[in-house]
Amino acid sequence: MSVTGGLVDRHVALVEALRRAGVPVSLAEDVDAATAVTAVGLHDRDALRATYAATLVKRAAHRPSFDALFDLFFPALVGDGRTARTEGEEPEGPQDTGPALTAFREDLGEALAAGDEARVQDLAIQAVTRFGAMPGRAPGLSSWSAYQTLKRVEPDRLVAQIADALHADGLDEDGARRTATGRAARFTGLVEADARRRIAEAKGPEHVADTTLRPTIDKIDFTSARRADLEQMRREIYPLARRLATRLSQEHHARRRGPLDFRRTVRASISTGGVPITTHHRPKRPHRTELVVLCDVSGSVASFAQFTLLLVYALRDQFTKVRAFTFVDEVHEVTHHFRPGADVADVMTALAASASKAALWGRTDYGRAFTRFDEQYADALGPRSSLLVLGDARSNYSDLALDTFRGMVDRSRHAWWLNPEHARSWNIGDSAARAYAEVVDMVECRNLTQLGEFVHDIV
Amino acid sequence: MTWFQSPDDATTSLGGTGYLADRPTSITSYLAGALGKPLLVEGPAGVGKTQLAKAVAQATGAALVRLQCYEGLDEARALYEWNYKKQLLRIQAAGGDDSWRETHDDIFTEEFLLTRPLLAAIRQDEPTVLLIDEVDKTDVEVEGLLLEVLSDFQVTIPELGTVAAVRRPFVVLTSNATRELSEALKRRCLYLHLDYPEPDREREILLSQVPGLDDALARQVVDTVARLRDLELKKAPSIAESVDWARTLIALETRELDAKAIADTLGVVLKHASDHDRAVRELRLARG
Repeated sequence: MSVTGGLVDRHVALVEALRRAGVPVSLAEDVDAATAVTAVGLHDRDALRATYAATLVKRAAHRPSFDALFDLFFPALVGDGRTARTEGEEPEGPQDTGPALTAFREDLGEALAAGDEARVQDLAIQAVTRFGAMPGRAPGLSSWSAYQTLKRVEPDRLVAQIADALHADGLDEDGARRTATGRAARFTGLVEADARRRIAEAKGPEHVADTTLRPTIDKIDFTSARRADLEQMRREIYPLARRLATRLSQEHHARRRGPLDFRRTVRASISTGGVPITTHHRPKRPHRTELVVLCDVSGSVASFAQFTLLLVYALRDQFTKVRAFTFVDEVHEVTHHFRPGADVADVMTALAASASKAALWGRTDYGRAFTRFDEQYADALGPRSSLLVLGDARSNYSDLALDTFRGMVDRSRHAWWLNPEHARSWNIGDSAARAYAEVVDMVECRNLTQLGEFVHDIV
Repeated sequence: MTWFQSPDDATTSLGGTGYLADRPTSITSYLAGALGKPLLVEGPAGVGKTQLAKAVAQATGAALVRLQCYEGLDEARALYEWNYKKQLLRIQAAGGDDSWRETHDDIFTEEFLLTRPLLAAIRQDEPTVLLIDEVDKTDVEVEGLLLEVLSDFQVTIPELGTVAAVRRPFVVLTSNATRELSEALKRRCLYLHLDYPEPDREREILLSQVPGLDDALARQVVDTVARLRDLELKKAPSIAESVDWARTLIALETRELDAKAIADTLGVVLKHASDHDRAVRELRLARG
């Protein structure tokens, strides 16, 4: 479909792109959006954005995807825009050489230090024009690269300079540094957005929408998450736990009706002339399990194990007792790190520090870990406890101790194994996933959504 | 009636009641009025979701009908209920003289109907703002109940027939997102995500809400709160807490928000012990 056509085409193309990016937009919402756009008008881009957001995006997690797509389909400018020089005053000489770069960085440093939004925006566009152009072999093959631009301009190395300038203006040292970092990051974001916009202009927004958008945070794989993603995920843990707990308590209540409470029913019937119109019931005693968590904390899966542990602990009032063990090739109990009300970041640090106690030689060995667990903590498992193993089952071709593990599974009430790898890579290389999967239910758990679903199901 | 003439009109009239709306908020409020669609407002606690509904009511001179949602809310509390006790009395008072037909026609009339917020809002002749507060606290079944009201603005009572709205109320639903609302409900609403405001707007809010606050102190409060929000806290301070904090500082006659003042009054903004520890460590405060 062409998006060069009229407004309706562009509107439809935006809706299609949103759907492809995983934002569910129904036909009714589509129609609403069109009506709303007519009501608000097209003269103001921010108003248009707010209008589309109100009618099409119904979940806060989808907002970043929407913003990126909106910028692609309704760009703020085309080409070099207002920063383009008019004919005749074209400066002499090449525009992307050493001296030009130095001059540009000085400009940028000043603009960032002054916090001049509009100027920084202009400079971001200029930066892409001058340092990010990748000439193609033929017309239509040339492109722009945010990576090239940032590599040459290096906004991160301006941070110290900006911070000094701000500090001189009277901000305290910490504040200056934080503001400077924030502003440099903002410039980086602008450059990335501008490069995307130019590519979209040349190749069509659909092309960019399909290739450069990242999935929403609850869909990012644990194993491929970047540092910033991990931090954002960590902030998601408590809201997720709270949502799960609310959902669980509501479901418990729905199934709560126990035997008839005769006294309260008769008491209530007096107000309706002795006719028991509403009956009252005794609450049912909720059933709670003891949970034993065994996690692999070797490098490849450490972040996944930490998330799962945190989530389990955030939900600990749903279990009678939780015991947690970490292992690489040695087993180490970490239950004591999770005090009620403890700070998330502190727990993470403590866990990372204790990971060394779980390693003897530092090579993951599931067989040895299970054997040691069976020797030292055999009392942890019993007919009322559930066993949860977290790991990728990559055991460096060592002995798997399947019999010991089968014994552990048999002794517990339930047993599950969560594997952060995609099911298609199980049993490839040194993964012993299939062998263990014969003994225990192995569940694929790659992102926060899957993790949430799983934890909900076991409680 | 038109609720707001334009997005700018929405900003001005909401501003007149002391509610400083940012641009997306006023555009979405204008749209909710212009399209006659319910407005679903989501966001953390204490950013002014409920306040928005009150401000709309005040700005347009409409009556406010509020339905506070909670777990276990049912039809009888949200929509309408037959007054059983009165019906029983009516039957007993007649003493068996009436025929079955008369009695049965008689006890299912307006006289024996108790209207609850949703029905009340629909039957009002005057302009009405219907606020359905904390809709995420209800059970999933109640959402189903809301669907008829929100899409067609009518309520069906089997014994009486369908009651359609005389005049469409301006509906605001608020949610803390503790639970995902159903797609069916979301589809019928316009969506607005309210978040912590920009520093400049937060300062304006503080200055308008707290009399006697000077600009320098407001700036310090806003900066410190922004730093606290950057930390990994269990509960980040919201606007309501910044306002409380500013009021506290005024009451204590603190002119300058230095490390000691922060440490002394931290309890106003942070409500978890672990959050306190973290803030003290990160802001390098002396323990108060």
